Amino acid sequence: MRRFALIALPYAWLLALFLVPFLIVVKISLSDVALSIPPYFPQFSWEEGIGAFLAELDFENFVFLTQDSLYWKAYLSSLFIALVSTALTLMIGYPVAYGMARAPEEWRPTLMMLIILPFWTSFLIRVYAWMGILSQEGFLNQFLLWTGIISTPLTILNTNTAVYIGIVYTYLPFMVLPIYAALDRLDGSLIEAAEDLGCSRLSAFWLVTVPMSRNGIIAGCFLVFIPALGEFVIPSLLGGSGTLMIGKVLWEEFFSNRDWPVASAVAVVLLLILIIPIVLFQRNQQRASEADQ
Amino acid sequence: MNSTVFAPWEDPEQKPLIRFQNVTKKFGSFTAIDNLSLDIYEREFFALLGPSGCGKTTMMRMLAGFENPTSGQIELSGRNIVPVPPNKRAVNMMFQSYALFPHLTIWENIAFGLKREGKDKETIATRVHEMLRLTRLERFAKRKPHQISGGQRQRVALARSLAKAPTLLLLDEPLGALDAKLRQDTQFELMDIQEKTGTTFVIVTHDQEEAMTVASRVAVMDEGKLMQVATPDRIYETPNSVYVADFIGDVNIIEGRARFLEEGQYEIDWAEGQQALHAATSAKFDNGQTCYMAIRPEKITITADKPEAADNCVQGKIHDIAYLGNLSTYHVELPNGTIIKAQTANTRRIARRSFTWEDQVWLSWTATAGVMLAR
Amino acid sequence: MSRFSWFNAVSLTLGFAFLYIPMIILVIFSFNESKLVTVWAGFSTKWYGELLANEAFLDAAWVTLRVAVFSSTLATILGTAAAYVLIRSGRFFGRTLFSGMIYAPLVMPEVITGLSLLLLFIGIGLERGVLTIVLAHTTFSMCYVSVVVSSRLATFDKSLEEAALDLGCSSAQAFRLVTLPIIAPAVISGWLLAFTLSLDDLVIASFATGPSATTLPIKIFSAVRLGVSPEINALSTIMISIVTVGVITASLVSKRKMVREREEELMAVRS
Repeated sequence: MRRFALIALPYAWLLALFLVPFLIVVKISLSDVALSIPPYFPQFSWEEGIGAFLAELDFENFVFLTQDSLYWKAYLSSLFIALVSTALTLMIGYPVAYGMARAPEEWRPTLMMLIILPFWTSFLIRVYAWMGILSQEGFLNQFLLWTGIISTPLTILNTNTAVYIGIVYTYLPFMVLPIYAALDRLDGSLIEAAEDLGCSRLSAFWLVTVPMSRNGIIAGCFLVFIPALGEFVIPSLLGGSGTLMIGKVLWEEFFSNRDWPVASAVAVVLLLILIIPIVLFQRNQQRASEADQ
Repeated sequence: MNSTVFAPWEDPEQKPLIRFQNVTKKFGSFTAIDNLSLDIYEREFFALLGPSGCGKTTMMRMLAGFENPTSGQIELSGRNIVPVPPNKRAVNMMFQSYALFPHLTIWENIAFGLKREGKDKETIATRVHEMLRLTRLERFAKRKPHQISGGQRQRVALARSLAKAPTLLLLDEPLGALDAKLRQDTQFELMDIQEKTGTTFVIVTHDQEEAMTVASRVAVMDEGKLMQVATPDRIYETPNSVYVADFIGDVNIIEGRARFLEEGQYEIDWAEGQQALHAATSAKFDNGQTCYMAIRPEKITITADKPEAADNCVQGKIHDIAYLGNLSTYHVELPNGTIIKAQTANTRRIARRSFTWEDQVWLSWTATAGVMLAR
Repeated sequence: MSRFSWFNAVSLTLGFAFLYIPMIILVIFSFNESKLVTVWAGFSTKWYGELLANEAFLDAAWVTLRVAVFSSTLATILGTAAAYVLIRSGRFFGRTLFSGMIYAPLVMPEVITGLSLLLLFIGIGLERGVLTIVLAHTTFSMCYVSVVVSSRLATFDKSLEEAALDLGCSSAQAFRLVTLPIIAPAVISGWLLAFTLSLDDLVIASFATGPSATTLPIKIFSAVRLGVSPEINALSTIMISIVTVGVITASLVSKRKMVREREEELMAVRS
């Protein structure tokens, strides 16, 4: 009996507040927009019965998504931005994780704390911090003008470049931590063995260190890529009017255009796109934990 | 049988404390315990011995109440305990990992079970103190488990499981985490405590030496079945199967065919061109039946010259010598390639040893030294 | 791994500079006299004064704090129960669905979670405000709690619970007297995580709330959309310092504890 309550409580909560809402999204994505409250049709009613209700549902909104170039451009651009910023994060994150793993033992807890600290500070504030740096009269331009590298201020804020910087900055800890965890477990004698067998330091790094940290790299990439794809805050604060990201489009579709059925359809398609990396990520984690045993 | 010797299993009048009746336990399609029946008597120190996966731990967990048999019945003092949950059984267990509660002090760990019984403070304090004294842990009462050594933790685990004065104490590989030297001392300490408290102990172990040292009776298990249940000396001297002979200690197994000689006497033809072996046994064998001669290395005498009167005698050359300090084991290769191990005590200094590699030697043993086995 | 090279030193320095310089600039310019946040005009704490006089911000902060306390506490209870079920309950009907629902919100884009919850609240006619934000935050942060707690439970020596049962505990007593005290650090970090997530969240709260309740992130977001402002810098500085002090204290305490335990273990082996 007690066991039943223990299972039932979180189960019921998640059913009611996770699964049911999601089914509602799917249902509304199949409905039509209407000038009413709530602004969609059909509404379910017991008098007309479930058959009549289902007959009103169609895939019109999904067809609409394929016809209006805004949407598929937004999906493609989100994928592109997420991929590029994941690659950039990896390029910056790997050397940091590598440095942490090779740092003297007594520094490591401090370095670890320094990586985790930004994670506990507000995401919004960390994105905001870059607004003052990247603007026309911001610190970056002031610095570059002062050094004489440039003579006229660069426009960085409200461009895709600013979005890349924002994503790399906010998600860097997610890349560093799994790679560091993988490198930290790496047995130093493996490198020594490789060098003993004739590898140069560089080839030992490519042939031993990188493959051994593969699971960490994959985990880190997914941890950056998946949330970056649906990102809303970064493109809306740092990106410009030309920055198309699907999270922003969904938000605007919902709050500005009040087109709930299309917003729901956008959400459903976004989720379908996300399922592939999520499943791959899950597999990687499973393999990694099996390899541990 | 002398009446002062502790051997309740010999007495048909004695009621067993624990009785397994046709117990079977399956995990899915895997049979962990296969239709097993066993009696254990009060005040016994009973050892369940076997390789990992033989079902010994499952037996213990069924006694503690963490597993229930798929079929059959388990009785404790004549009462079926299968439906009784673990917290209602007068059975306590000492866990392999000790399972000491890391957030409680040694004192609180030992008092844990007593508090659940709702005993008053004074009774608990007296009992905990008694247990601390029994296990020589008085000095450590206020420490946490991580603040004491492995051997001390082992004693805390023992004290905690004994505090409730259980009818039956289960010990799951109790010495497995200790190093060899400490383990020996602790074995004797365990026997001492068992005798002092008069509690029935059932110990699970894969270490045959440990089982032989501490137990009044040993049950050798394999694949969910009991292979043999007997006192340590009988298990060693008269194993009932090749499996048991091989599992306990070092042994030479020689396969051959039985030939009836006279009542209780057989000859074993074991190799082309070799003299038949002579064995005495009370078991019955058919002529030509496959049989096995199991003989312990220390029961084989090794000599340079052929002994004059020996029931069994073979010649070979020394293939290898394993020097163990107090003993040496000689691996002697017979002309047909068979290796026989023979052991001698090193009563002399090493320089004066008489045999070395490649020496031709004679091995001999009496007809009653070995055991003749059918399987 | 060892052999710390120049390359390692440089990449660490640059990496950490990248992480910390923006925040340091933010903090420094919160003490700027000028309204222009990019030009230094002398030291002043006036923006802190203005911030504390700004009722709208204070109200939002109060709402956020209440939401965070309620939702993280609820999330901790539900998440711990969910973790216990996942690790200990073996098979039950719909287990796969259950574990799927625990992990899915972790990777679900916030816009989708927010949208779906909003549609639910409208569908059942629940008035949007503090209550709906608490419900929304509890739902996604309980999943984080359950991941933290279940990773602790997975390495938990099950024989400790069995020992408690063996010594006469009912299973509820075993949980209360043995399991809970031992996994308490994980439960507390789960709570802290849920609390921080709730304090931080902009997207889900924007969807889940109505006109009656505005949280601090919503307030900050609408302010910074218009550009950089020294008041927000001051607010950010306060938030960053609270977190910094908290994280540093926590890591010092845990380091001291670890060192002490290691010493005690060494002493125990020697004695």
